[in-house]
Amino acid sequence: MTDHAVPVGGPILTRPFKWLMAIFGLGVLLLIWRFLAGLGATTALNDGYPWGLWIAFDVVTGTALGCGGYAVAILVYILNKGKYHSLVRPAILTSALGYSLAAFAIVFDVGRYWYIYRIPLHFWQWNLNSALLEVALCVMAYVFVLWIEMAPPILEVMQEGSSPFFRRLAQTTLPILNKSMVFIVALALLLPTMHQSSLGTVMMLAGQKLNPLWQTPFLPLLFLVSVVGMGYAVVVFESTLSSFFLKRPYETEMLGSLAKIMAYITIGFLAIRLLDLLYRGAFGLAFTSGWLSFFFWLEIVLFVASAAMALSPAVRANPGRLFQMAMLMLIAGGLYRFDTYLVAFNPGPGWSYFPAVPELFITIGIVALEIMIYIVFIKRFPILGGASPARSRA
Amino acid sequence: MGVDRRTALKGMAVAGAALLASGPGDQAREPHPAPSDAVGMLYDATLCIGCKTCVVACREANHMPPERTALGGGIYDSPISLDGQTRNIIKAYEGADGKSSYMKSQCMHCLDPACVGACMIGALQKREHGIVTWDGSRCIGCRYCQVACPYLIPKFTWDKAIPKIVKCEMCSQRIAEGKIPGCCEVCPRSAVIFGKYDDLLAEAKNRLKKNPDRYYPKIFGEKDGGGTQVLYLSKAGISFTDLGLPALGDTPVPELSQEIQHAAYKGFIAPAVLYVALGTVIWRNKRAEAQGKEEKP
Repeated sequence: MTDHAVPVGGPILTRPFKWLMAIFGLGVLLLIWRFLAGLGATTALNDGYPWGLWIAFDVVTGTALGCGGYAVAILVYILNKGKYHSLVRPAILTSALGYSLAAFAIVFDVGRYWYIYRIPLHFWQWNLNSALLEVALCVMAYVFVLWIEMAPPILEVMQEGSSPFFRRLAQTTLPILNKSMVFIVALALLLPTMHQSSLGTVMMLAGQKLNPLWQTPFLPLLFLVSVVGMGYAVVVFESTLSSFFLKRPYETEMLGSLAKIMAYITIGFLAIRLLDLLYRGAFGLAFTSGWLSFFFWLEIVLFVASAAMALSPAVRANPGRLFQMAMLMLIAGGLYRFDTYLVAFNPGPGWSYFPAVPELFITIGIVALEIMIYIVFIKRFPILGGASPARSRA
Repeated sequence: MGVDRRTALKGMAVAGAALLASGPGDQAREPHPAPSDAVGMLYDATLCIGCKTCVVACREANHMPPERTALGGGIYDSPISLDGQTRNIIKAYEGADGKSSYMKSQCMHCLDPACVGACMIGALQKREHGIVTWDGSRCIGCRYCQVACPYLIPKFTWDKAIPKIVKCEMCSQRIAEGKIPGCCEVCPRSAVIFGKYDDLLAEAKNRLKKNPDRYYPKIFGEKDGGGTQVLYLSKAGISFTDLGLPALGDTPVPELSQEIQHAAYKGFIAPAVLYVALGTVIWRNKRAEAQGKEEKP
């Protein structure tokens, strides 16, 4: 399968890595404060805006950014596009990290975290009407599945290692894993389909508090479609950055064809978004909602700009411009989620929210942690393709 | 390649059909009538004189400390809205035309509550007498109930490291002892009264019928948001939106999202079918790939 993937090697504790450690350290200190003093002392959250940056970014946008593995798996395993295979491992890694840290963010966002274990275990208390329960269970299961998918590269290293125990463990586990991969990969495709759409359903219950430009029965579908587009953009983003920083050849040709697929998906997303507004008679609000109109059009412009770039052959042949295209898509999809969970959410007069400094730095610390783990993984485990991955599979 | 794609498309078509087969249309939710033992409260804004005795009585009944922050401390109990230590409050409305009214605000005890639909693990539920109560032994503090409630009733104790959800529970602990809610017990003008839900609804209708000139011609809560066990009457010329209640329509707030949720997940059939379809496609693709490899060299 991905037998040509190799560890990048090189030192871990570089100067940028130490900076990341410092940023993460600050986040840890702030987190300790959050647990000692409570949410009111460390965040700007309030009874009108009970969900803020941590939910809108760390959880909702974070898991969307973690859908690279999902999007690439659709291509490779369902549409049988084997040429993208070298993208699978790095994509799964970013997914595993994105989802794990989103799960971690939930732990410090919820007020009564010591009862979280009951969500998966106390099945007799489950409220099957709750879209959030579906999200919570699915995300927990998917984190687990993603790390099973990440197990082969780790076991491959163990197999070569010096410890006889780990070698034997790897030798017995790897064949079992390889045989059951069909079941695991199918689960890895099913779970995001379920919870990424349910993340849209969750906000339907906010009812009138969510502006009608965003509040629609199509929220689940719109969340699902846009997450696939974002998934391809993440892969382009991550691959280009890896090539740049690690001074490896760019996978331009493959990323270019990913971009094309992303463009078609985005066009589909925009069509549903606009037709829904027209059908509900809410399109006029796009011109009369003040600063919310601005955010609506900003979303649309970002989506359109990204799709238009991805349709241009000149862009697709240029790594730098492909990277810009991916950035635009990630910002567009992220903004759509931010708007739905925060910006277009209005509990009524008298309430306001803007993230507090500790809240912001905890999120930045989490991102730093994610980047650190990614660096350690690609340097020590066979994640990225060999020296010339674009050609090895052509 | 052609065969693979056909397989893939077939698989996706099966899965899509499974998801669509149970469209929202044929999944109408059961209606949520008031439970047979339902109790409620009726607040008549034409009778309220804004004395706030009910606010004090609510604190005593629920052992809540006075809220002193709004006036910078001191001896005055001065909540400006419901919060983590205030379950009941009296507010004043004054319109541009000089008309004014008081307004009592606490949990509406909806017949089909959004908070109950939201809560992942049943911390908020309609329990005895249809009263929506919070169970601290279940709540994980995710605050989805706050996002969902159209009346902004559940409050969170943000200043605590071990926080709670705080809301009016219609003094269910007093009702269990045969008493009535604190606010209803002390009201000197009987502006808020406690009783069986059916009796209160009949009483509200009766008042509207007897004095049509005195009242705004509607009982809030009879149907709003699927109906609430706390009912409101307002002064003539002052609408319920003036008093700060949302215009929800008659559909229960959680209806649409739950219909979609049920359509996709009923009996877990659609996800199971999708799983099998995905697995089949992946397996076939893998087999085709393996065969291709064998033939090539």
